[in-house]
Amino acid sequence: MNGGHDLGGRQGFGTVNAEPESEEPLFHAEWERRIFALVLATGMLGQWSIDESRHARERQNPADYLRHSYYENWLVGLEKLLEEKDLVARIEQDAQCFRVPDAADARKILRKGDPTLLPDSTQPRFRSGDRLRVAKRQQAGHTRVPTYVQGANGTVVNHYGTHIYPDQNATGQRAGAHLYCLRFEGSELWGSESFSQSVYVDLWEPYLEEIR
Amino acid sequence: MTVSPSRKQPDAESSLSTMSHEHDHDHTDPPSDIELRVKALESLLLEKGLVKQDALNAIIETYEHQVGPKNGAHVVAKAWSDLPFKQALLENATATVADLGYVGRQGEHLTVVENTLDIHNLVVCTLCSCYPWTLLGLPPVWYKSAPYRARAVSEPRAVLYEFGTVVPEHKDIRVWDSTSEMRYLVLPERPAGTKGWSESQLQALVTRNSMIGVELARPGAEEVK
Repeated sequence: MNGGHDLGGRQGFGTVNAEPESEEPLFHAEWERRIFALVLATGMLGQWSIDESRHARERQNPADYLRHSYYENWLVGLEKLLEEKDLVARIEQDAQCFRVPDAADARKILRKGDPTLLPDSTQPRFRSGDRLRVAKRQQAGHTRVPTYVQGANGTVVNHYGTHIYPDQNATGQRAGAHLYCLRFEGSELWGSESFSQSVYVDLWEPYLEEIR
Repeated sequence: MTVSPSRKQPDAESSLSTMSHEHDHDHTDPPSDIELRVKALESLLLEKGLVKQDALNAIIETYEHQVGPKNGAHVVAKAWSDLPFKQALLENATATVADLGYVGRQGEHLTVVENTLDIHNLVVCTLCSCYPWTLLGLPPVWYKSAPYRARAVSEPRAVLYEFGTVVPEHKDIRVWDSTSEMRYLVLPERPAGTKGWSESQLQALVTRNSMIGVELARPGAEEVK
C-alpha cells in the first residue's frame, strides 16, 4: 500500500533540521526507551514477522502516520498487533503458551538476528546488466516497492539471492523470491535536470517486468 | 549518547513531518497522553507475563551501551589502513564484519559502498527507517523524519547542502534506498593529511553521519581545503 509511509520524492516537508551528531541523545524521552524495548521484546514471542510489524504501522490514516512521531507509530503498531493476535487473552487461558525471553534469551536473539536469505531453489529470471521496468501496482497489502520507482526503467546491478518476500511475509506466509538491486538514473525518476544522481533500490522479482 | 531516565521531554521528538524541536512547557507538566499509554501497556504486558523486566533492560542496555557508531568507525578505519580487509569488505561485507564480531539484528545482510573521487554515496530508507544497527546503532531522528526520507532520493544535493556538504557537479551521487533487509554502510574517503596515522587515530575522524553519507569524514591534520 502507498500510505503515509511511502515518502520517496514527496514534496512540502521542508528542510531536514538535523540535531548535531554530538548532541543527539539516543532517546528523547523515557517513554521512547520503553516502547522501543517493548516492541523488540514482544517481537521475540514469534507471533508476527518484521513485515507484519511494519504493516501494522503503515495501515493508519496517512494523516495520522505523518502527525505522529516515529516511536508513536511504533506504539500504534504494537497496540494493533497485540489486539489482532489476541495475546493477552491467549496467555490468560494458557500461561505456558508463549516462550517469553529473559535477559539471556533476549541478548542471544539480538545477536543471532533474523536472516532473510533462503536457499535458492529456482533460477533467477534476471541478471546483472538487464534493463527492466518496475511494474505498476495498486495493492492494498504491505509491499516494499516504493511508488516513486513504479513504472520506471532501471538496470540490474546485483542479484542478492532468494530472500523472504515481504508482501507474503506480512500475511504470515514465509516464502522466498529473488531479490535484485536496480540502478535508476535521476533523470528517469525526476526529470532531465536531475543529472549525475541515481537511486539504487532493492526489488523482488515479482515487482519487475521486461521492457516491452 | 544517553539521557538519564528521569529526564522528561515527551514531545522533544515531534511529528515526522514538522521536525520541530521546540518545547515551551516546563517539566512539571503532568505526564502526556503518550507517556500514559506506554506506561499502561508496559504494566499490562509485565503483569500478564508477556514480557520480562530483565529482558527489557537487556534490550535497552544493548543499544545504549554496546551497539553504536564506534563499531562502524572501527570497520572504516580498518578499511583505510588495510587494503586486503577493504577489498574483502567491499566484496562481502556481512562475513567480513562478522569476523570482527559485528553480527546481529538489523545487520544480517550488509553491503558497503565506497566513496571515491567520482562517486558519493548516501543511504536512506524511504519506506521506514532501515539502518545498519550492528555498525551504527539506532538511527537518529532526522534519518527517520519525513523531510529526509522524502527528499534524499529526489534532491540529494540539496539535502547534503543542509548538512553543510557540497558535492561537486561532476560526482555521481548514488542514493541507496534500503527497501529490503540488505543494510548499507558508506565507506567515506580517507581524509587528506592522515598519512601514517594509526587505526585508532583514523577512527576518531569517522563520524556516524559520514557512514550514512550526509557528511565527509573529519579532516586530517594538514587538510587545507
